[in-house]
Order: sequence, then structure tokens, then C-alpha cells
Amino acid sequence: MSKLTKLALAGEGGQGVQSVAAIIVEAANDAGREALYIPNFGVEQRGGVSVAYCQISDEKIGSPKFKYADLIIALSDRAVRRTRQYVNKDTVFIYDASIENIENDLPTNAKKVLAIPALDIAKKELTPRVFNVIIMGAAIAATGVIDMEGAKKALEKRLGYKFEKDPKLKELNFQALERGAELVKGSL
Amino acid sequence: MTEKPINGEKRVFMTGNEVVAWAALAAEADIMYGYPITPQNEIMHYWTRLAPKYGRKFLQTEDEISAGFTTCGGVLSGKRAFTATSGPGNILMQESMTMAEMMRIPTVLVVQQRGGPSTATVIYSQQEVTMTCYGGNGEGLRIVYSTGSHQELFDYTIKAFNIAWKYRFPTFVLGDGYQAKMRESLYIYDPAEKGISMLKTVPFVGLEGMPGVDRDPSHLRNTYNTEEELYDVVTNLVAEYEKIAPEVIEYQTFDADDAEILIIAHGIVTRAAQAAVKALRSQGIKAGHFRPITIRPFPAGEARAVAAKAKKLLVVESAQGQFQRLVKDALYGLTVPMEGYFKPGQGITSEEIVEEVKKGL
Amino acid sequence: MTTIAPKMPKSWRTETKPHKFCPGCGHGLVLKALGEAIDELGIQDRVVFGCDIGCSLLSWDFFNVDSVQTHHGRTTPVVTGVKRARPDRICIAYMGDGGGYAIGAQHLVNAASRNEKITAILVNNCNYGMTGGQMAPTTLPQMKTETTPYGRDPEETGYPTQGPEMVAAITRENAYVARGTIANVRQLKGYLKKALQNQIDGNGFSFVEALSSCPTNWSMNAKETWAFVEKTMPEYFKIGELKAPAKKEEKIDV
Repeated sequence: MSKLTKLALAGEGGQGVQSVAAIIVEAANDAGREALYIPNFGVEQRGGVSVAYCQISDEKIGSPKFKYADLIIALSDRAVRRTRQYVNKDTVFIYDASIENIENDLPTNAKKVLAIPALDIAKKELTPRVFNVIIMGAAIAATGVIDMEGAKKALEKRLGYKFEKDPKLKELNFQALERGAELVKGSL
Repeated sequence: MTEKPINGEKRVFMTGNEVVAWAALAAEADIMYGYPITPQNEIMHYWTRLAPKYGRKFLQTEDEISAGFTTCGGVLSGKRAFTATSGPGNILMQESMTMAEMMRIPTVLVVQQRGGPSTATVIYSQQEVTMTCYGGNGEGLRIVYSTGSHQELFDYTIKAFNIAWKYRFPTFVLGDGYQAKMRESLYIYDPAEKGISMLKTVPFVGLEGMPGVDRDPSHLRNTYNTEEELYDVVTNLVAEYEKIAPEVIEYQTFDADDAEILIIAHGIVTRAAQAAVKALRSQGIKAGHFRPITIRPFPAGEARAVAAKAKKLLVVESAQGQFQRLVKDALYGLTVPMEGYFKPGQGITSEEIVEEVKKGL
Repeated sequence: MTTIAPKMPKSWRTETKPHKFCPGCGHGLVLKALGEAIDELGIQDRVVFGCDIGCSLLSWDFFNVDSVQTHHGRTTPVVTGVKRARPDRICIAYMGDGGGYAIGAQHLVNAASRNEKITAILVNNCNYGMTGGQMAPTTLPQMKTETTPYGRDPEETGYPTQGPEMVAAITRENAYVARGTIANVRQLKGYLKKALQNQIDGNGFSFVEALSSCPTNWSMNAKETWAFVEKTMPEYFKIGELKAPAKKEEKIDV
């Protein structure tokens, strides 16, 4: 796959979108691909919506921000409203099913708009701590920018020290990754 | 001797601020003076973590005025000293940089441009072009590299030290908030691996031997008594600057030779311009791109050569024409129509450039 | 007619004498005390001397020591930069009251707070001399200057800056702080020597304010000038040591 994939992850501070973005691009880089990641930062980030802009390709990447994304995952109502500007007819727009009163703010020009119950699954089946890993699973399944093996390796690299202390955590993370992938597979 | 910070060459994936810190380490920089400002902070953060391991130093000053002047002091005492700043900090450093121009102090300053005027945004812009090239009272006798990628940030930060010390003009690496904060891949290396040797530095004050006995004292000043005296000093400075300019200028062209529409851009915007040229060419539109790497001195002759052949020029920048003024200055007398696509304080994508070009066809 | 050259400190540069200060200016006396202090400490080959803008800039080629003339108020950071990069040098920042207490006050305060191992010497002559006699932070109440033509009104512009008192208040015990006067050059030289010794010992920041004269801008004759320096100024600016580091064991001179 030599196509350039553009990905925007957005959420509230603490939802872990920047960590997920960092792990995905690191994994892509480790796989020998070109990746570029830039967070929004500074004044906006304090108390605002956190947005991670990622691009992955086999060639050197152009400008760091983009007009339209191939995939957007928005994890709060504000995140939905903040990121719908990056939608065009080729965009897959995913948002968490738990966000309330958002119907009128969803983009109408996307290729596909999909709600996934990531938060619900995290709470009921796994643990809220792995919410963002479910999102990571959904992101890589929706884009194919890295494979599941690479994703797991990247998680180990990032969280290995925590996994060593608590082997159950590793299982939980890997399960979250798989569950996230399942949420979008077949729906796109 | 302490071990080298980088052995050989390796591929890494990091932010631009981290890149600058590694480059300064690899370039054998002795000391950094700095004051916090977004988006350059992490240069200091990485430097303060790495530097002590390799016997290098850091001083956090009370403001950017002090950071600039302490950097002058560090260089005057013969050390490879540098600082980094942005926006309002860049304003405050102009004073010390004029002293560096006048006394030929080879300072290195990394600028990560943020939005302006005033405190504006901490994010990104190309609005510090005029200030970095011509800020201060004087003639802008500086060398300014406008980088567009992490690889260039690494390469040109190393180069900035050698160019500064070779020619003794204050040297700037002009990055921006995007370059500061984004992550992408690059190769970092030990300069020796590439056949680059760091120039030996020499002290301007604090020399060995008894002044007045073994040698004359080093008496440095930047204040002169008469108009005539100053005129001579400045004329000589300008003459030296103009003499070295052809050796210093760097630029790139992309499909410029037969371009009918020539996109002129610098810094990180070159990435969008390069992609736009590819896209336009694939649609049968004869587009090309000229990109100065040194925006001061400006590769004027080289720009003219390609611009003269084009039917139309489009200057693209994340500022309201600051870069275009440099271009106009270089192209004065050409009659090729010129337009500007200006997005002060905002990033520019290749799609926008393509759209803009097509709109004008 | 023959003239007998006055005895000059060894560290003075004879080629640049006579110096360029106005007749009756106190800078020459401060620089004489400093020259003798440098001689007596035997540090001439290690001194890096920085001078400010204002009348102090006229000292840029005064000594046979490496010297750099900087910008207004910026001597403290330049000299700090030198010292941080070359701790083996004895670094002196020489400035006026405007440079130290107004435009460069943040540098003085922070160099003192960080306990920079430099020696700052500030010449207090109650006005901006080089620019033609405007009010300085140290201008005395009721004193007439070009910008206080009816006399400095403390209601409007406050009271004279108490520089050494301020520096003493923000430094710890390893700093040296004193105020001397050209009316007592011997004492002033003693303070300067102690200040430099404090740097040589690697203790920390040292600061000496020297009360000085400016007959040109004060529009005073010799007698009035001397009376002003000797009597009037010390009423506001107390002479003496404000902070002297506790005696350390004798160090071997390097």
C-alpha cells in the first residue's frame, strides 16, 4: 500500500488520543514506513480539544497538517464539532456511541459515519483504562496503516514496563486492540 | 575525552526540537543559553537532559535579552554557544544580534516561528522572516537558513555552527512551530562520518598571555565617534558580507526549467509546493517550484534565472507577504506577473496550492 | 614646559591616556581604584572587562585587559555569558546607574539571584551623563535634571534607588556587596579588591556601587561638586559594606 493515509484523532484531555497517535506512527516508522505526527498544542490544548494529526505513507510526507482526513475518530461532542471541518467525500468519520445530543453536529458529507461503542465496551468488558487502545484498534483496522503484529509490538515497546509488573494488563491491552478492530471490520 | 553523542548514522523518529538538541550536541556546541517560550521549549528540555552527559553546559537566563547577550558572551570567550527562541523572544534577541553583526560574533540562533503579531499563537507561522533577516538597527548582515524538514533541521543546525564560525556573521536556523513539534523520520549522524569537521573556535576575549606585554589587549567596541568612522566600518562589513554571499547561498528547484507557472516558497511550505508541482504536472500543467534555503543572503540571480522563463509567479507563504518582499527585491525589473497566496499564521497544504494555481489559469 | 605624568596603575593602557572623561568626572578615580585592585591581586592577564553604554563605554580601551563594550544595560548578561563559558576568567561588568538600575535592572537582579560569579561595578552619579543629564533612578529628591527641570519630585517619580541594599537583600551569604565613594579612593579600592577576591574565591556574586561626580551635568564648580559627593550623596546613599562573606580559610592563589 503506497497510498498516503491521513488520520485525525480527537478527544478531551486525558482520553489519550495523543498517546495512541504516537504509538501508531512509531509502529509505522518501525515498520520502515514514513510517518508524520503533529499534535495541536499550546493554549488551545489547555482545556480544549486535543487533536492528533497523523500521516503515514511509503514516501516522504508533505505538509504536516492536511485539509481533509481519510479517517477521523472523535471521542467527545466538542471533538466532533472541532474535526468535522476535515471531512470530505472520502472521509470515514467514527465517533463514540456514548456521545449524547450530537446527531445534528455530525458531518453529512462523509463517505461513512460510524458510531462505535468503545467506551461502553471498555467499561463493561475490559477496563476504562484501555479505552484509547480500543480506539487504536479501530484506527488501524479502518486504515491498515500498520498490522496487528506491529501494533502489539508497539504497545509492548511503550508499555512494556507496566506489562512486566502486571501481566494481566498486557492481555487486556491486546484484547482491547482486537475488540477495537472488530468494531469497524465489516462496517466499512 | 567524553564519548561522542552519536556514533555513525542512525534512523530516528522524533520531534524537531529534539532534532535541534541532538544536532547541537553532534556539532560540539559547548553551551546553550535560553529562556522558555513555546514552541522552542523542548530544545532546552532535551539539551538539559543530554548536555551534562557530554560535558556541555546550559544557563537559563532571566529573559531573551539576556539569552541573546549571554550567547554573545559565550561566543566571545571562544565557545560554540547557541540559543533558541520564537516570536516575542525573537524580538528581544534582535538587540543582541545587532551587536553580533557589528562585532562579527558568530552566534547561532534557532528560531521556531509562531504566530504574530504580539503573543498571537504558539503554534506556527512564517511571520518572522523580516525580523530574522533584517531585524534590528542595521543592515541585516546575517545568514538565515530556512529549513523544511527534520533532516534539514539536523543538517543545517550543524552547518550553522560552521558557517557562523567560518564567516563570523550571526547565523540563524529558521524553523517553525510545526517543525518544532511534529515527529518524522530522519537520519542523525556524527558529522565526522559525513566528512564534516567542526571548525576550531577561537576566543575574542580572555586570550592567553599578559595584555600590553606579550600581546595587545583585545578591545572590542560597537560605538564609534564619527559618521565617517562608522561609514567605513559598515561599508567594510557590507563588502565582506557581499563577498561571501555567493559561497553561502543555497536553493532548490523542482521542475523549474520549463515551468510556465513557478511557485516560490520557503521553509516548511516547500513541502506543499513540491507536492503541488507533482500533482499539477500529472494533470498536464507545467508547474515548477523555486525554493531558497538561505533566505538571507537570498539566491537572487538563481531565482531570476528561473523566474524569467516562467509566465507567472506565485509566491506562497504563511505570512502576509514578508517573503514576497524578499522575492520582489530579488526579481526587481522582471515583468513576469506575480501573485501571492498568503496565509498568515496558518499552514498551507498542497491541495490549496493546486487549487490556487488552477484558479489563475 | 614639562609635565610630570601622574602615577598610573600598571594595568592601565598608557596609549589611551589621557582618558576621555570630562574634567572632574569621577569615572577616572573609580577606574584608578579598579586598576590598582587588579594590579595588587595580580589578575591582569585573567580579567575580562565589559563596559556598558553611557559614559562607562569610554572605558572600552582603558585597561591593558581584554575588554568588550556592550549595549545599554546589557553588560551584566554579556559578562555572565563569558563567565559561564570560561569560569577561569575574572569577569567584571562596569556600568552606570541607568544601565544597572533602570534598563538593565532585570539583569542585575537575576545575576545576583543566581549568584553569578562575576563582579559588577556600578558608578552612581545621580544622572544619565552621556545623554545629557536626564533623571536617573539615583537622582536625589529636588535635584534638577533635564527631565526634572523643577527638581525631582518623589511624589511623581519616587525616591532614589537603593541599589546595594537591594542586591544585599536578594543575595545569600556568599555574595559581597558594598558602596564606596570617589571621596575615599583608598576605601573604594579596598571594596573592589574584596569584591574581586570574592570572585577569585569562587564564592559568588559581588557588587560595588561607587558614588561619583558629574560636574558637567550637575552644572557645579569643583567646590560644589566635591561637597555634593562628600556630603549630600552619602545622606541618601550610605557608605560601607553591606554584605561580606564569612571568612574562608586561606586559599592558594591560582
